[in-house]
Amino acid sequence: MPPQALDDLLVLDLTHYIAGPYCTKLLADYGARVIKIERPDGGDPCRRLGPFPDDIPHPERSGLFLHLNTNKESVTLNLKSFRGRQLLLRLVAKAHIVVENFHPRVLFSLGLDYPFLRPVNTRLIMTSISNFGQTGPYRDWRAQDLTLYGMGGEMYTSGATGREPLKQAHNLTLYQGGAVAAAATMTGVLGMRRHQVGQHIDVSLFETQAGSIDRRLTSLLAYQYTGDNPGPGDALPVGILPSGIFACKDGYVDIRCTMPWWPRLVAMLDMPELLDDPRFRTEEARLNAENRAPFLRLFYAWLQRHTRDEIVRKAQQVRLPGTAVNTPAQVLNDAHFVERGAFVSVTHPVAGTWRLPGAPARSSVTPCQLRRPAPLLGQDTERVLREFLHLDDATLRELRQDGVIL
Amino acid sequence: MFPLPLEGIRVVDFTNVYAGPYATMMLADYGAEVIRVESLHYFPSATRGYTPRPSPALMATGARVVVAYADRTPGARPWNRHAMFNCHARNKLSMTVDIRRPEGLDVVRRLIERSDIVVDNFSADVMQRMGLSYDVLRRWKPDIIVMTMPAFGLSGPYKTTQAFGIGVEGLCGFTAVRGYEDDVERQHVPAVVHMDAASGPGAVLALLAALYYRERTGQGQFIEFAQAENMLPHLGEFFLDAQMNQRHTGPLGNHHPRMAPHNVYPCRGAGQWVTIAVSDDAEWQRLCAALDHPAWAMQEHFLTTAGRLHHQDELDACLAAWTRQRTPMEAAQHLQAHYVTSGPVLSAADAYEDPHLRARGFFHRMTHADAGTHDYPGFLWHMSHTPAAMRRPPCCLGEHNSYVYGELLGYTPEEIIHLQTLGHIGDTYV
Repeated sequence: MPPQALDDLLVLDLTHYIAGPYCTKLLADYGARVIKIERPDGGDPCRRLGPFPDDIPHPERSGLFLHLNTNKESVTLNLKSFRGRQLLLRLVAKAHIVVENFHPRVLFSLGLDYPFLRPVNTRLIMTSISNFGQTGPYRDWRAQDLTLYGMGGEMYTSGATGREPLKQAHNLTLYQGGAVAAAATMTGVLGMRRHQVGQHIDVSLFETQAGSIDRRLTSLLAYQYTGDNPGPGDALPVGILPSGIFACKDGYVDIRCTMPWWPRLVAMLDMPELLDDPRFRTEEARLNAENRAPFLRLFYAWLQRHTRDEIVRKAQQVRLPGTAVNTPAQVLNDAHFVERGAFVSVTHPVAGTWRLPGAPARSSVTPCQLRRPAPLLGQDTERVLREFLHLDDATLRELRQDGVIL
Repeated sequence: MFPLPLEGIRVVDFTNVYAGPYATMMLADYGAEVIRVESLHYFPSATRGYTPRPSPALMATGARVVVAYADRTPGARPWNRHAMFNCHARNKLSMTVDIRRPEGLDVVRRLIERSDIVVDNFSADVMQRMGLSYDVLRRWKPDIIVMTMPAFGLSGPYKTTQAFGIGVEGLCGFTAVRGYEDDVERQHVPAVVHMDAASGPGAVLALLAALYYRERTGQGQFIEFAQAENMLPHLGEFFLDAQMNQRHTGPLGNHHPRMAPHNVYPCRGAGQWVTIAVSDDAEWQRLCAALDHPAWAMQEHFLTTAGRLHHQDELDACLAAWTRQRTPMEAAQHLQAHYVTSGPVLSAADAYEDPHLRARGFFHRMTHADAGTHDYPGFLWHMSHTPAAMRRPPCCLGEHNSYVYGELLGYTPEEIIHLQTLGHIGDTYV
């Protein structure tokens, strides 16, 4: 096995649902040892979210949980009990990283927030992920993906003219926030490694949207630059150029043509006569919206004569952005992702074998690896507590009887 | 005062458009010296605007991403005034060089010899064609970390497929699962996409993991960052549902497969909306309490999630009647006071004024030599001991040539004048 980039890092994972677990999954995929602390009564609530095989709920068969918790170990610990918190603090002393995504006041009320952890481990990097951050007027607000996208993202301008704003695929803001938190955690780790600074990192999912390149980061500045405050509206076409989703013979394709690529579009259509057509010959003519309808008539007719595969192939030949629109099932069987092994089969002792999305990046010396499937609830409790805290049989039995561990 | 975490790390930045620049923005914000390598002879589209000097005809289209210049005016140097560039270019440096000529390539060699990270988001093989393959770079700087960010990776049938983020999303399944439920022609798929937003942090994580490994071992490496594969995990549950239940998920509008109500509701005034998302039956009961238990909400078919999912349209209409009498903020605050998940849908103008973002210091006022004074949206996370700062306004084209050529690379004044004459050094597109 090749080495992994983060294989000397120990992460205590106090996260649940999606954003936090995705952050720690990424760290685990890059090699960190991630110990997921779960509550003894049912564990991560994500275990209760689908999809489940044949839609039958089972705490060890949640597809979402299986996906978000690869490469992690599971330790049950009741943080509401004094001894549970004591054990956690002893683990914190050995960890490099703690990641949590409780509501902001929860760890404070447990006496486990950063000011309590720092004296235990001054070298610690602690990352807190929350809906709105650890401070500010909305700190205690509840949020789902939809709430965050509506407030922080570009939902307001997404959708059709005169209709309600439209969300993207659900949960994307949570994945995006989790990825930002993983990047943030690594800046902290490097600050520790290079400058010996342990610290607390506050990730607000609202801000990971408001500062997101596509597109609120841009629109917040564009608003000041231009005074424009656009609402939902179909993208204004730039002259005659097609840019969007188009129906073809056997499905949908996505074609994006910008001004300099007009000759490529003509080449894809194999209609050289358009280059001399007065309606399209000059840039000025191509920017004239009146010429759009005649062009689109030609374009739509061409689309209906060609399949997704043919169009994508032709677009590739002329180097024009043109791609097929796949359903998730089609993605799993897409020749490109199959050839590259973008999905990996993972066998889980209870849930069975499923194909999960694989490495987010391919590093030549330290590749990401899927070393183990998502853990059964508490499967590593005893081993971890023995290894790090040297607990003996009698102590473990007592902790179990008292409901501190499962 | 502690040094920023990445202080002392130098990044050679060949990235354009959104994904790569978003990644290098984070590196710059947290202390890296990010040097954009640009060329006076090549204008990458959709980076410093869409064209170096937009024609009146192009400005007249009004397309909002095209015309987003300060004061809506291209000015003498339009490339320094465009929002799509200036939103991410703070804290970065800009140098110019034409790497297609031998003396230009030599400049890049000297720069890479003094750097830690090289990153590009060209199409596959472009760096190789320019004589900047990893094997070459590694000879110049043995422990260099090199990342390339092609959309689909360096192998496979789509290796050379040209695509913007949204097109890649189509192939990856994102497009098929969003849209209005009734929009069978798929005419209204939002143009704002996820890939660039996902690639930024994904690329930073991969680079910092490699940097951490180099700190441990002294060894650099090459990272193939296929932007498509980086975001596939974000649809994880859809891929598992397709396998586990052969379910074909189409567009759900603003609905959710496991939550109801889950939608955006009209409020008082034109273009005013509030979201409401109820995750379970207990939250539904809290919503009923917040609404003061109206008769419609007491109906038995709304008691369970399954019932509410089944009667969603009726439910949405009833809720809309309540939200229409309130502003988005009034509705959201009232529901949040009852522990019901809700929030206003904020326009850019609303977000600019948002009291929470303001209270957390999200905006930073900066003066840019060519664009004037504005409040720049800020940092993606807060660090307790090494807070990020706007150390420099967005970089103008070639603004840091004298630092890079003179101080960093040690060119003599005569050599610099020579390179200027040859068209490498300057601040204006040819």
